[in-house]
Amino acid sequence: MKKINGMLVASLIPFLFLILLFLFIPLFFMIYGSFQADGGTGFSFKQYQEIFQNEYYRQAFKNSILISLLSSFIATLLAIFATYSITHFSSRIQNRVLIFANLTSNFAGIPLAFAFIVLLGNSGLFTLLFKHFGWETLSSFNVYSWSGLVLIYLYFQLPLAVMLLYPVYQGINKHWKEAASLLGASSTQFWLRIGIPIILPSIAGTFSILFANAMGAYASAYALTGSTYNLVTIRIGALTTGDIFAKPELGSAIAGLLGLTLVVAMLLNEWLTRKVRRDLS
Amino acid sequence: MNKNRPFFHYLTIGAVLLYLLVPLLGTLIYSFSTQWHKTILPEGLTFHWYGELFSDSLFLKAMGRSLILSVGATILSLLIMVPAIFSIVVYAPRLEKFIQALIVLTYAMPGVIIAVGLIRAYSNSGMPMVVVTVGAYFVGILPYMYQGTRNSLRNIQAVSLMEAAEILGASRFTAFLKVILPNIMPGVLVSSLLSFSILFGEFVLVNLLIGGSFETVQVYLYKKLNVSGHIASAIVICYFILISILSSIIVKVTRSRKETL
Repeated sequence: MKKINGMLVASLIPFLFLILLFLFIPLFFMIYGSFQADGGTGFSFKQYQEIFQNEYYRQAFKNSILISLLSSFIATLLAIFATYSITHFSSRIQNRVLIFANLTSNFAGIPLAFAFIVLLGNSGLFTLLFKHFGWETLSSFNVYSWSGLVLIYLYFQLPLAVMLLYPVYQGINKHWKEAASLLGASSTQFWLRIGIPIILPSIAGTFSILFANAMGAYASAYALTGSTYNLVTIRIGALTTGDIFAKPELGSAIAGLLGLTLVVAMLLNEWLTRKVRRDLS
Repeated sequence: MNKNRPFFHYLTIGAVLLYLLVPLLGTLIYSFSTQWHKTILPEGLTFHWYGELFSDSLFLKAMGRSLILSVGATILSLLIMVPAIFSIVVYAPRLEKFIQALIVLTYAMPGVIIAVGLIRAYSNSGMPMVVVTVGAYFVGILPYMYQGTRNSLRNIQAVSLMEAAEILGASRFTAFLKVILPNIMPGVLVSSLLSFSILFGEFVLVNLLIGGSFETVQVYLYKKLNVSGHIASAIVICYFILISILSSIIVKVTRSRKETL
């Protein structure tokens, strides 16, 4: 019989205990709560029905999905070009740009929302500047609107997109390009027929991570206007901790649906990453 | 290197960098300006807001609370997560799949979702919500600690090192403490700093679980937003300087390791 490994057991027990306590138990309570009627009185699908029937919560999902798709799309598109451009510079500059992206990726939530208020708020720096030059359309831009929120989402998505896409271009072998051009392919042909098909799964994977990242974001929107934006995460926060409108069971159900959306996005990313043809490199 | 790069490449990188830089610069100037309501340039420059911030005892206390939460969770994960990851990588590699599944699960459960579950599970349990928050932080930094620890263990070939140490008569625990730990320390340190800087900026869990009673820097900043924009921007700048220092340490440690390998 094999001897029990004391080191393995002694180190795993406290670790698994904490994971159980702070990951699985809350997960269980959330799912259990979502199948309860208001006030926790017995099993019911009522909360999920409410989400699908109530225009307000359907709108919250619609808004969250729209802003996540839009910000992920713009960030991925910009990052595709910018990251490709980065690979044309010396490795010293490449490193610097990546460090800067890494640094700004930490700049999110409340501080980020505030920085945008400083720039574009009612007496923001750019607002004053535009007023000074009499550019009406620009100076009336409202940072507390949806377009303001899109700008903020774009800010925290962009560095992440750059960091996720940078390694992808490293995977494009220089020799393939040479081989293709020796066989008479133009640069456009190379990218259309070889380059893009190779990096496409990675781009789609990046997109799904960004989408999940935006769907779960809470602090920036909360910092701008408290609970007035109708986003999924804002609704969950208000339903769970709000003093007057607290409906924790409904909050749990919305959180459950959001979690499900994120799991699908993560699985999509795993599946796409596996599609990247490793046999070529 | 191709010296005559098309203008296009400068344009794309420039656009991205500018977009990332401008909000930071704006906040920086705003934090040093006396008044800036009507004119296109600030009316004067001053250190006043920083002085006021650092003489506010509420801010210093909030700083202390933020440090307690984020340092506490990071130390907890050093004591519990690192040995567990070591054991799994060396003695039970099959369990790595399980850890990776846990990581996907933590990604699928951002702050808002886990907060709902934590409130339902523990708000009436007698466990202080501060402890619950540290526990949630512990789970939240699992991806970073796992990545750093596992990569370091692979780099030093921990399995062969442990075999060698045990053949020479060291017990598993001694070998881990005296041989493995000093060798993986730089990598683990990098992961810890990264985890710390992420936790220090965390707002969602703190706000939903303990916001009213346990004011951290992020909560303090949120409350200051509508009171004084200048002080709020001074906080943002201090916060950004702190992450920059941590990031530059991370970069230095990572680079010096690459050179020695």
